[in-house]
This record gives sequence, C-alpha cells and structure tokens, in this order.
Amino acid sequence: MTITLNNRKETFPGGPMTIARVMEEKSFHFKMLIVKLNGNIISKEAFASTLVENGDRLDIIHLISGG
Amino acid sequence: MKVKENIRALLAKKCVGIAGAGGLGSNVASALVRSGLGHLVIADHDTVSRENLDRQFFFADQEGRPKVYALQDNLQRISSGTRLTLFYGSVTARNARELFSCCHVVVEAFDMAAEKEWFATWMTENLSHIPLVMGSGIAGWGHSDKLRVQRSGNLYVCGHQLDTHETEVPLMAPRVGLVAMMQADIVLEILLTTKAPSQ
Repeated sequence: MTITLNNRKETFPGGPMTIARVMEEKSFHFKMLIVKLNGNIISKEAFASTLVENGDRLDIIHLISGG
Repeated sequence: MKVKENIRALLAKKCVGIAGAGGLGSNVASALVRSGLGHLVIADHDTVSRENLDRQFFFADQEGRPKVYALQDNLQRISSGTRLTLFYGSVTARNARELFSCCHVVVEAFDMAAEKEWFATWMTENLSHIPLVMGSGIAGWGHSDKLRVQRSGNLYVCGHQLDTHETEVPLMAPRVGLVAMMQADIVLEILLTTKAPSQ
C-alpha cells in the first residue's frame, strides 16, 4: 500500500497495517508525539489498534522540550 | 511603501495568542509587535530568572517579575500600537478556550514536551479552525539548515525535531531566536495569505 507520511509518499509491502507497525518500521521512537491520521489526532492507546490504509495521510510529529 | 502600509493595515485587525512567554514566546511577541499586529494574547505562569537572560527577551533588572508583565513593558517600549491581553497563570483545559478562541492564530511556546503534546491535542480537538504554530527541537547551535517547518493541516511545527539531551546540548540564543522567528514568520504567512491551508 502507498500512504502519505509527513507529506511524502511511502510504499509498504502488503495491505493495511497499524500505526504502531508504521512507527516501528520508520523508526519513530520518541516518547512525546502527535500522530494525525487523515487530519484526526490519534491517542497513544490507539496506535496498536488503528489501521492505516492505502491512500491515507499519516503525520507523525516529534515533540522535544525547550521553549 | 504601499505594500508595507497595506500589510500593516491588515495586521492591525488581527489577534494572535501566545501560550508561554519564554525563549520562543517572548521573541515571537517582539517580532509581531514590530510587524504591527493589532492584538496579542499572552499567557505564562513563570517569573524572569537570571538563567532566562541568555535567550529570552527580558533584561537583568526584571529578575523576579512575572514574565507577562515584564514582557508587556518591553513590548510597549517598541510600540504602543499593539493591544496586549495578559494572563499570569497556567494554561489549562478550563481557561484555554476563553484565552484563545478570539485569536486568528495561536503560537505554542511552552517549555516541556508534555505541555506541547497536551496543548496540540486540546487545540486540535477544541479549536481546530485556528492554526497552531508550534516549536519542537530548538536546542544546540550550528547546522541551521536542519531547522524546518512541518505542516499538517492547521498545525505548523518549527524546529529540528531531533532528540537532544539538555546537559550536552543546551538552549542557545541564536537557535532559539531562529525558531521563534520561523514561528513569527509562519504567523505572517497565515495572516497574509487568504487561501485555506492545505490539508
């Protein structure tokens, strides 16, 4: 499947996969994150159960202290 | 001069919220006042300390004062043309709507990642029509080309987004200033662009 991940097209072998799996494959390991799937915020608890499908838009933003 | 006059006339009608008046928030505020913004809403719970002076828009004789009131003095020395609404206290789910629902754009300028995460989530769930300009990854120095803006609908994130350890990679005035100016520049981009942001 092909998705838009952080404004770039990314292709993964096979069909839908969970957000947790995408994060694992693309090495997003930060503790503080904002994850948006098709514009909607997804809570941490739902990463392992929310499916990303072909054509979806996924945004993963790292949050680092300092301001 | 016509273009600049038109820009100032447009900005004079706009309101921007700033959540946090530290290294990012205090410098964003000064850039927006210099640009001729009509109204700023600034919220912060902290007081000025000696350690803040290496990167924040405060002065040595303001040590101990609430940041929002010290910042008010400094901004009014630049210009009295911007109306300032100040809140000395923490931004919470109870007061965030009252503070920021009148704003055309809100700037997230908190210190801790957990506060950033909470505020971004709250804004997206409660005031999703208002663009939110965040800062994430402002420690260190050099390699300015690593600084970037990530756009996601109404969310704009300025900074390098790289993991850094505070003791080894401290906050330094130039990079904090760069990211603050990136945030202020995105605010102008939003306010001076009529088309809807891309989803």
